[in-house]
Order: sequence, then structure tokens, then C-alpha cells
Amino acid sequence: MKKSLIAPVALGAFALAFAGCATPPAATSAAPSASTSSVAQSDFKACMVSDAGGFDDKSFNETAYAGLTRAVTELGVQKQEVQSAVAADYAKNVQSMVDADCNIIVTVGFNLGDATLAAAKKNPDIDFAIVDFAYSDDDGKNTAPDNLKGLVFNTSEPSFMAGYLAASLSQTGKVGTFGGAPIPSVTAFMDGYARGVAYYNEQKGKSVSVLGWDTAKKDGTFIGGQDPFGDIPGGKKVATNLTAQGADILLPVAGPSGEGALQVAQASSGKVGSLWVDTDGCVSQEQYCAVIPSSVGKAMDVAVFEAIKAAKDDQFSNELYVGTLENSGAYLAPFHDWDSKVSDETKAELDKIKADIIAGTLKTSE
Amino acid sequence: MTTANARADRFTQWARGRWREWAITLAAFVLALLVGAILMCAADPDVAGQFAYLFTAPALPLGAAWAKVSTAYSALLAGAVGSPTALAATSAAAAPLICAGLAVGLAFRAGLFNIGAQGQAIVGSIAAAWVGFALPLPPVIHLVVAVLAGLLAGGVWGGVVGWLKARTGAHEVIVTIMMNYIAGGVLAWVLTTDAFQRPGRDDPISPEVPASAAFPRLYEQLHLGFFVAILAAVAVAWLLDRSVLGFSIRAVGANPHAAGTAGMNVSATTIITMATAGALAGLAGVMAALGPSVNGVPVPLTEGLVGTVGFDAITVALLGRSRPLGIVLAGLLFGGLNSGGLAMQSVAQTPLTLTLVLQALVVLFVAAPQLVATLVPFLNARKAKVSLTGADA
Repeated sequence: MKKSLIAPVALGAFALAFAGCATPPAATSAAPSASTSSVAQSDFKACMVSDAGGFDDKSFNETAYAGLTRAVTELGVQKQEVQSAVAADYAKNVQSMVDADCNIIVTVGFNLGDATLAAAKKNPDIDFAIVDFAYSDDDGKNTAPDNLKGLVFNTSEPSFMAGYLAASLSQTGKVGTFGGAPIPSVTAFMDGYARGVAYYNEQKGKSVSVLGWDTAKKDGTFIGGQDPFGDIPGGKKVATNLTAQGADILLPVAGPSGEGALQVAQASSGKVGSLWVDTDGCVSQEQYCAVIPSSVGKAMDVAVFEAIKAAKDDQFSNELYVGTLENSGAYLAPFHDWDSKVSDETKAELDKIKADIIAGTLKTSE
Repeated sequence: MTTANARADRFTQWARGRWREWAITLAAFVLALLVGAILMCAADPDVAGQFAYLFTAPALPLGAAWAKVSTAYSALLAGAVGSPTALAATSAAAAPLICAGLAVGLAFRAGLFNIGAQGQAIVGSIAAAWVGFALPLPPVIHLVVAVLAGLLAGGVWGGVVGWLKARTGAHEVIVTIMMNYIAGGVLAWVLTTDAFQRPGRDDPISPEVPASAAFPRLYEQLHLGFFVAILAAVAVAWLLDRSVLGFSIRAVGANPHAAGTAGMNVSATTIITMATAGALAGLAGVMAALGPSVNGVPVPLTEGLVGTVGFDAITVALLGRSRPLGIVLAGLLFGGLNSGGLAMQSVAQTPLTLTLVLQALVVLFVAAPQLVATLVPFLNARKAKVSLTGADA
């Protein structure tokens, strides 16, 4: 019975895929898809190379990619992109974008640091921007070539606020965090978060404890393994572990793996909340909005968009971009469904903290 | 006269069996491309949307589908074999796959399922990279020492598995999988130590490997490592078909009890096979650590440097039917899919996942010859004929 079905199905598939052979050149019949905006179309080509996370990671790469698509709709530029699967791809992929005659190439992630620098040096006529990486010497002086701009984000600032918020929301007196892998762009969140909790304790005379990060040792809980940022079950395991120890507000800093924490929160029927990072979780992880008190945003889309715009307008410089609370490059997202649960007092205190951080009177990292 | 006839008969049977294997592999590949084409059209809303007009204006959907599929596959082809540059890129991608494929294939022949090529490649890359960036040696010697270090590290990593199997009966599948985790953990750890971490950086990345320890480039991405991989394949072929050790490997693979009864040392064969397989996988790691990338320098040691070469190797070995020549060809095919996949992405803007799906489909069909034979009745008929004459089928 089955056998008799397979052959016709296969034949049908064959026909579907190849029957186009018989038609005359298809170019005329293919529907044009470029009639979306009133913006003047430009020949300027903006390109992007992802790291191993891919552009659909609902987090880091996806946010950067949003900056590129915004440039397409608002500036009328052309876009082209390529995703990396493994580390060995980085240089190849950057080169493929050079070969595609891109005017600016944005690479996403510090992992591409070497490949981007090498390509920038080799192709002085192309502008490069790299998300999450700064080229500097020991004194912190910018060493990037003229056509390469680093885009970094001081995420410890909004994470500090998130820590304060989490401590104020916790019923159990314990909050948790975990990362994908122990890399600086991850631990910056965790460290700022723990400091925010400590600040809450200091201000309120409470003793909310942080599971998953030790500020003194600079070490914490990570998913690890072969694919730390693409491992939702791994994230779920770690999150379950933290909640079993009593944590009721979590901060997963693990890209897509962090969804595991959202699942744990979802399943806890209101006992556990989980923050989100990089994007506003209520937008990127809509189905979990009810369990997300807030998100620690990293406006990579804005930074990428601005870099592309600058390159298009011939305003490009190699000056390092640092996203902060002050320039909204790093932010604490709205509370959405949790708005009623966050007291007015806490809201006022968070505003004050933000002002203090911007004023430089409150330090969120060492 | 009769012996000559018998020999001719055997040859015909052998040739028919071989022909069928080749035909199935080819059919598997074509089927994979077909399914890939369907997925491609289904996944693109612009193309899939056109299928609403399938019966009113068939030229629209079919034209759109053809445009989509032909652009993608011609980019795949061009990126894999379309130019000398593309061929060089394919060779560079194929080199580690061939080495790791040999590691899996050799173990297969001894009846061992080596899932551990991944871990063996990781430790190989760690050792080779360390020799590369940490030891100041003169040019040629530097490369040789770095390669040997990688071989040794991989050999030890695989040898431990063989030893555990021979001594304690621990199943190599479990042990190699666990060894993969350990290798990944070791890599993550060493990258946080001062000995490996690049000065001035706090993310896990090693210093660059200098040119003296890198495989010299011959043309574009084609580097010496590719020829080392081919040499390794020749060596494995010789080992399996011409050496005493190879005979006992195959005998142990066919039936360890019989081999033991016949006086072969099964334990020693197991250990040596796993150590050799480990060294070959270590060589794959060496390729990753010392093979120059597009920008002329090897990718520095980072997590994920070897990618998933150890698992892709299982695919390559399977597709190559665990024979050295087959593995070289399968390695080249997957290397081509890899470099062509990049072109498919950057030129035709097809998602990366599609290349991975294509690879998976190829394996799926190759691993299920009966399925292919069912889908392609022509092969089935041939099979029936062959089995009538009494050949293996």
C-alpha cells in the first residue's frame, strides 16, 4: 500500500520541481517584490555577516539584522547577508560580502573580530562595522583602521536596573541568573545584575541573594557544552535548577537558549518571572510576555542602522560607538504585563538610578 | 577455461554490485536535491504564493519555482566547482572532512563505531595550535612538529577509548561520546588560561598561529593540508589492503571471535585501530588549526573552531562506504556542498539551513538504500536481476 503511494508522490514532486523547465525564460513571469516603500532606491549596498547564532536567534543576531532591514526600508539601500555556521566560516563569509561589492559590511559578534579587522585592512574602500567588539590597545586607545567602527554596549547599566527591579519583585528573597558561556559580552549582564541586587539590599536593608553569579569571584552558572547559545533544553535545565534553589526572578543571558528560562517561568503558574536580554522580550518572545517583568535591551539595531546611514551619507568614522542608558543604546524595556506588579516606589527609584548612572554617580561595574 | 569463466563471472557480479552502489549514491544525491528544491519553494512565501495559480496560469508558479531553484543550485554548483577559486575553496573544506571521515571509516572496518572524531579533532586542534603559537621554531620544523603534536593528541584521545574497550569492555560509542564532552570542556577551559588566551583579550581566543606553522598556500585557499589528507587516504588504503595489521583489522571487524580463535590479538588490534583513527581525526583538527583561511592566516583557536567535523565525518564515512577512495570522494562532495552552500547564501540568498538540510537528505537517502531503490524502480529491477545471479544484494 505504502509502496504504491511513494512512486506517484515522488513523481509528483519531480514534476513540481522540474516542470518549470518547459516554460520560456521565467524572468518575466516572476512577480516583482520591490514595490514596498516610497523611499528612493539607492545603489548603496549594506551587508551583514552573522556569527554562528544565525539571524533567527530571537536575540543578538536578529536585533542587529533588524537594523539592516530598517536601513532597507528607510534609506532605500540594497541588502545582502550571509550566515556563519562555524568559526572557520567567518573569514570566508566576510570575503564573500567583499566579493559581492558591498559598500558597508556589518559583522555581528566579537568572534568575527579578527576576520573583520583583516578584511578592513585589505579593503580600505569598504566600510566595516562590528557589533560587540572594540579594537583598542592596552591604554584603551582606539586602534581600528579608518574604515572600521566598533559598536559596543554598556549593558551593565540596564542590567544594574534589572537587578534592582528583580530584587524588588522577588517573593523568596532569591533571584537568579545564568549565561550561555563565560564571555565578556555575557558576564557584563550578569555582573551588572548582581550589583543591582546588592544596591537594592544596601538601600533597603534587605538581603536578597543572587544565585548564578558571584561578583567577587567573577564567575557564575553557564549552560556550556557544544552549543551554549542554541540549547533551549540546556537553558531550561539550568533555570529549573535555579528555581529549585528558590530563585523566583531569573535573568537568562544565553541568546536563544534563554527561552528555556521563559518555559520554566511559564510552567510555574505565576511563581517565577524571567527577564529577557538584547531585545524587548514582550516583542521578540511574545507568547511569553506574561512572565517577562522587563528586558535588558541592547539597541544593536539602532547602532547598526546609524552606522549604515553614516556610511551612506559619507559620514562614516572609526570612532567607537558605546551604547549607554544616556544615548538609549542600552535600556531597560517597559514592564508590559508586569506594570501593575511593579510598585510606584520602585519605578521612581529606578528612574533615580538611571539618572544617577547617567550622571556618573552610580557605578555599575568596576 | 572454467576458472577463467568463473573469474569473468565474479568480475561481472562485482561490477554489477559496484554499479548499483554508485547508482544508489547518485540517486540519493539527486533525490536530496529534489526534496531540497521542494523545500526551497515551499519556504519562500513569494514562490509558494504563486502556486495558487497552478491551474489557471501554471507558468507563474512554475516559472517562479524554476527561477528560485535554478538560481540556488547554479550558485551551489558555481560555488563548489565553477572556478579555480571555487575548487580551491572546496579542497580546503574537504581536507578536514576527509581526515575525520577516514578516522570514522577505519574504525568501522574494525567493527568499531567511532563517534569520537569530534573530540579527537578538538584535542588535535588544541595541540597543533599551541605548538603553532607558543613554540618559536624554524619554518619547516615548526609545521612538522605542530602536525605531529596534533596527530599524537588525537591518537592518545582515541587510544584511550580503544584501551578501555579492550581492557574493560566499555562500549566505544558511549566512551567516545563522553570523550567528546571532555574534549569540548578542555578546550573551553584552556582558552581561559594564560597559556592559551591572547594577551589583552578577555574573550576565549588564542593568539594567531604564525605563518611558519601554517600549511603553506598553493593557490587561493588550496593549501598543503589537502595533499596531506590525500596522503592519509592512500596510507589508510595501504594499511587496510596491503598490511598484516589491516588484515587483522578487517578480520576483527568481520568477526572478533573468529579472529581471536585464528590467533589474532583482538585487544591490540582494537587499541591500535582506535589510536590510528584518533590520530586521523586529530589530523582533521590540525587542518582546522593550521589551514590558512581566506585572509591567509589560520583561524585562531576558539570554541567551535573545528565546527562539527567529527559528526559530519560519520556522514562522510557512511557515504564513502568506509573505503578510502569513497571517503575522499564523499569528503570532496561535502566540501563542495560547504563552499557551494556559502555561494548559495551570498549569491542566491538561500538560507544556510538549506545546505545543512541537503547534506542531511543525502545521508538519509544513502543510509536507506532500500528507500532509494523503492523510489527509483529502475534500480530495483536491476537489484532483482543481480540477486537472481546469486550476487550479494
